[in-house]
Amino acid sequence: MEPSRTDEPVLEVRGLVKHFPLTQGILFKKQVGAVRAVDGIDLKLYKGETLGLVGESGCGKSTTARLLMRLDQPTEGQILFHGEDIAQLSGKALKAVRRNIQIVLQDPYSSLNPRMTVGDIVGEPFQIHKDVAPRGSRRKMVQELLEVVGLNPEHIHRYPHQFSGGQRQRIGIARGLALRPEIIVCDEPVSALDVSVQAQVINLFEKLQDEFGLSYVFIAHDLSVVRHISDRVSVMYLGKVVETGDEEQIYERPTHPYTQALLSAVPVPDPTLRGHRDQIMLEGDVPSPANPPSGCRFRTRCWKVQDVCAQEEPELIVREGLDHPSACHFADVRQVIETRILT
Amino acid sequence: MTQTDTTTNQTPRHRKSAGEDRREQDPNATVLEVENLHVEFRTRDGVAKAVNGVSFDLHPGETLAILGESGSGKSVTAQAIMGILDTPPGYVTQGSVRFRGTDLLTLPEKARRRYRGEKISMIFQDALSSLNPVYSVGFQIGEMFRVHRGTSRADAKKHAIELMDRVHIPAARDRVNDFPHQFSGGMRQRIMIAIALALDPEIIIADEPTTALDVTVQAQVMQLLADLQAESNMGLILITHDLGVVADVADKIAVMYAGRLIEKAPVLELYASPAHPYTERLLAAIPRVDLKGQELYTIKGIPPNLTDIPAGCAFHPRCPYAQPICTEQVPALDEVSAGRRSACHFWKETLDGTLANR
Repeated sequence: MEPSRTDEPVLEVRGLVKHFPLTQGILFKKQVGAVRAVDGIDLKLYKGETLGLVGESGCGKSTTARLLMRLDQPTEGQILFHGEDIAQLSGKALKAVRRNIQIVLQDPYSSLNPRMTVGDIVGEPFQIHKDVAPRGSRRKMVQELLEVVGLNPEHIHRYPHQFSGGQRQRIGIARGLALRPEIIVCDEPVSALDVSVQAQVINLFEKLQDEFGLSYVFIAHDLSVVRHISDRVSVMYLGKVVETGDEEQIYERPTHPYTQALLSAVPVPDPTLRGHRDQIMLEGDVPSPANPPSGCRFRTRCWKVQDVCAQEEPELIVREGLDHPSACHFADVRQVIETRILT
Repeated sequence: MTQTDTTTNQTPRHRKSAGEDRREQDPNATVLEVENLHVEFRTRDGVAKAVNGVSFDLHPGETLAILGESGSGKSVTAQAIMGILDTPPGYVTQGSVRFRGTDLLTLPEKARRRYRGEKISMIFQDALSSLNPVYSVGFQIGEMFRVHRGTSRADAKKHAIELMDRVHIPAARDRVNDFPHQFSGGMRQRIMIAIALALDPEIIIADEPTTALDVTVQAQVMQLLADLQAESNMGLILITHDLGVVADVADKIAVMYAGRLIEKAPVLELYASPAHPYTERLLAAIPRVDLKGQELYTIKGIPPNLTDIPAGCAFHPRCPYAQPICTEQVPALDEVSAGRRSACHFWKETLDGTLANR
């Protein structure tokens, strides 16, 4: 299901910014700075597609998820859902929009209330959006949802602790599906799961997408998982998108040095490739988002760094000779992983 | 993480490095032998059999990866070797852990302390919670020298600075008095490595050393471990669930499931042709960054509860090839070929790929 680009995107993000103030003093708080968690990003999500959002911890991917859900108020920028800016909405209008954007959280242990039964958890969205399901039919709908995500509908009266990690994540997914949203934001939905269970949940996400025509914003730090599930990928670094493109462009023809380093660092479960992989070893750590470097934010760890990188911030544009946007003054294709196509 | 050093690709027995001459004993002798180790946890909900007869050995300079999911008993095995098992509820009920011939499990606690940190040391997963937040990192690294060697405070600090240099912490002299929270995750893990390295142990056990780290930092830390290992010819036991990391660094692999070793093999053979259905399925269940159009196979069900391990082969409820015999008889860890073992009644068929899916 390749989305046609003539469509309007379901969700479009323009110049999204979120700064968290840093304050000093107890009684008289004075703002002394800001953590620039998300610092001007643009994203587009089309119907039925999966947009992967990757980056290391602290790059702002989870803050982006919270902003898309309007769990946080953006400092600046627009979030257009079918052309309507939801960044400024409140009250009833916001509640109506929220029905269409749901979230699946990372940790299935802390994101489910231990004192509520599975039926209450999955059915809670119906209590908030009462018009979706008439009272009498709720139980049946919850059971249907449990069946859709591969849980036994008879377990409706059980509590979260009676389920395994993978099953709990399924409960979280069922809750996300309850209101038949158009978009599901998945914030690291499989990272807390065991390898043997992870595949079950990834496959479930794919099945549900086909069944309900869902669009996913899939946030993960595991680049292998993101490649497997995403149609398009945006790579984030310190609150900025540094490169964006379809799955093939990012993984087979990465142009931003950070993307290249990130991809080359992913361990491949194949010992025959040991020593034959093009591995780029980055120096140091990610700088603090409270005080990001001037110009290009990646310049402190980049091996291509020149004077211009400190002075001028590179724009996220399609550069000469390349086929997708990259925020590097010296963007150039370097294939770091050799892709094999399985048929 | 990539082993650029060509010598590290040879089998460990033939490896020659500066560290080898240092050892008094025969440098190529087995340094650690774990035999038939059993550990159980006696809890209110019953006895959880966390480790059920694990045996392996380790040579100097060798990297053994113990691979398994959560609850497979891999961390408990490490704790039993180190002698840091919480007792109660954890008890070693059987087996031996021999370090250069001495059984550590029968030693009195006082004698055992001579081994912990000096001969065998450990790196933990979560550096933030493993380091003491109220002492400076220099103090914590130096503690190894003060406690084990009776070094003075000033000398211990000097050693700490040297070690911080050795694990590539920038500006070690200025940072030696900093506290753990002032370091990033990757740097904290380096401090843990410095502590483990302090007394020049012969074995390092690394329990998920990079799980909490980002991929670029993970690559740095694994590279550091590989370099240090090559420098001093240490044996490394790497405990992890990450099949990617294992492929990059391990010499041999032991796969654990429900407290048992189910497959042991040199790294190349294990990935090329797994001899146990669990390993085979696990390899097919992970998405790979270099594959396109990959179909993910799933392993049905979940890992078993250790208080109630299924009879026969513990994997049989999830195994696509399970036969009646699998539910009755615990498969022995049979020799498949030299240095290779598999605990499956049908390892031959698994290797040939002739098992029918049912």
